Amino acid sequence: MTAKPQIIAGFMPLLDSALLVAAKEKGFAGAEGIDLVLVRETSWANIRDRLAVGHFQVAHVLAPMPIAANLGLTPLAVPTIAPMALGLGGNAVTVSNELWARMAAEGAVADFNPATAGRALKAVVAQRAARSEPLLRFAVVHPYSGHNYELRYWLAACGIDPAREVEIVIVPPPLMADALGSGAIDGYCVGEPWNTAAAMPGHGHIATVNAAIWRSSPEKVLSAAAKWAEDNPAVLAALLRALCRSAQWCAQPANREELAQILAGNAYVARPAEWMLRGLSGDLDSGTGDRRHVEDFFVPFAKAATFPWKSHALWFYSQMVRWGQVKHTAETAAIARETYRPDLYRAALKPLGIALPVANAKVEGALRVATPVGSAGASLTLGPDGFFDGGLFDPDRLDAYIAAQKR
Amino acid sequence: MAAQPTTLSILIIDENRLRASVIEAGLRDAGYTNLTVVHDVAGIARRIEDIAPDVIVISLENPNRDMLESIFQLSRAVQRPIAMFVDRSDQAAIEAAVEAGVSAYVVDGLKRERVKPILDMAISRFNAFSRMTRELQEARSELENRKLIDRAKGILMATRGLSEADAYALLRKTAMNQNRKISEIAESLVTASGLLAPPEDE
Repeated sequence: MTAKPQIIAGFMPLLDSALLVAAKEKGFAGAEGIDLVLVRETSWANIRDRLAVGHFQVAHVLAPMPIAANLGLTPLAVPTIAPMALGLGGNAVTVSNELWARMAAEGAVADFNPATAGRALKAVVAQRAARSEPLLRFAVVHPYSGHNYELRYWLAACGIDPAREVEIVIVPPPLMADALGSGAIDGYCVGEPWNTAAAMPGHGHIATVNAAIWRSSPEKVLSAAAKWAEDNPAVLAALLRALCRSAQWCAQPANREELAQILAGNAYVARPAEWMLRGLSGDLDSGTGDRRHVEDFFVPFAKAATFPWKSHALWFYSQMVRWGQVKHTAETAAIARETYRPDLYRAALKPLGIALPVANAKVEGALRVATPVGSAGASLTLGPDGFFDGGLFDPDRLDAYIAAQKR
Repeated sequence: MAAQPTTLSILIIDENRLRASVIEAGLRDAGYTNLTVVHDVAGIARRIEDIAPDVIVISLENPNRDMLESIFQLSRAVQRPIAMFVDRSDQAAIEAAVEAGVSAYVVDGLKRERVKPILDMAISRFNAFSRMTRELQEARSELENRKLIDRAKGILMATRGLSEADAYALLRKTAMNQNRKISEIAESLVTASGLLAPPEDE
């Protein structure tokens, strides 16, 4: 009798751990011959360290983290790959009730619109400066996170300098709502259920959603130590297939209730299933008690949601450059591009007959409507994928994009 | 031979007060006198600025490691850059630290030989503390198991008219047949008898 190969995966308690959790709980990993063990962690730093020393073979990580590791920006950096994304979207920006009241007085309405909310926030920032009130303090989960870059992108596009006109600090996801309630921060950008955690009990207000700032935006990826992936190609491929099946299951509206119950369990997010359902359905309660549907709030499977687009990696890289985390050179850009491994994804998933993009990168923000694109296997529809300010990111014109975003 | 006293400033960040004091005592015994212990990370950037620690020791359980690392990256908050100690350490030390559940950060330019004993001490104290906690838990569950078995014996004695020795023998035989622990059988029995007991208001 040969034992099933064991894969130990680290994860943080977030809605988008769903793909890993369902892969285990619904038996998709077992069906692929894998004994998947999930370990909840308390910080992204722990996940990084445990991946580096081999406690974890793979992990649920912020999409820019493997890039930062390969660029040597974080401690204990070992070569890391991202062979799969773990869904699109799932984030929102929540502000304190006090800040929301001031934004509402400046024209913000509870419709998650990033342009009007940003305009109102800019007015409040100007008022506070005029009255010598302290800078507004926003929190994100990590310096190398989609939350950090998308929050800054939104602020900057609304005419607020994220480096000077607000303060941006780091707070772990489960502590966000408490930090907001205690007045330690005025707002934050985080994945679900940690926006709902403040909004539903009435401790804060969801001002906008990342699905509106950048529709179909990347969020988490599966990361693996490059060495382990190289030594265990068949096991990794089996895991990717299991996660793909899991993503299909998570995407079925009929499975939402069950998925919410599973995620609510003590071993996973350990919060009410009702909180999970808001993000899974996209029917968000901004804090008013009314629900409003957000299109593509969290996309587990459709629109190639698990495909590791090199254009996503390069957009994150462009933001690392923008905010001074790394100096742009042809070499550093190549490191970012090569971190994502669509080749491994395609090779692993080909037997499933699902829609696989033919391209490795796309122009981000180019699709105004859902559009059929070239694919292998089943037919594939992508988009819409626009940035709220109409911006376009063409990965083939990286230098020009980086030059244009200089302040 | 007594350890060389040292003037290195060490900051210990641990929400677990008992463990923090165990580590503090260990370092003090080893001759380190410039120690600061912080249980709550609120306002930590300011504290780091004031204390200007050479070495920072933090538990991996602490959810604020990401926040701390981001503070180290901001040159505003610290006079000297701080790096993760294990970065310039050997693989064995890295693994030992992560396994023990501890991480350390040091200011740039500190010689490895000066910091190594501090990390080694932290690792050994973390391990000792985990062992202590585990033994305590085992002792506690041992006591609970004994209570469960006593209750199960009592139920069997009352419902089947068995002697105490026979009740225990029956529990043990059932456990052996099912390849389970006696305490598990006892627990099932106690639970089942609770469910099957007639409601008290009847």
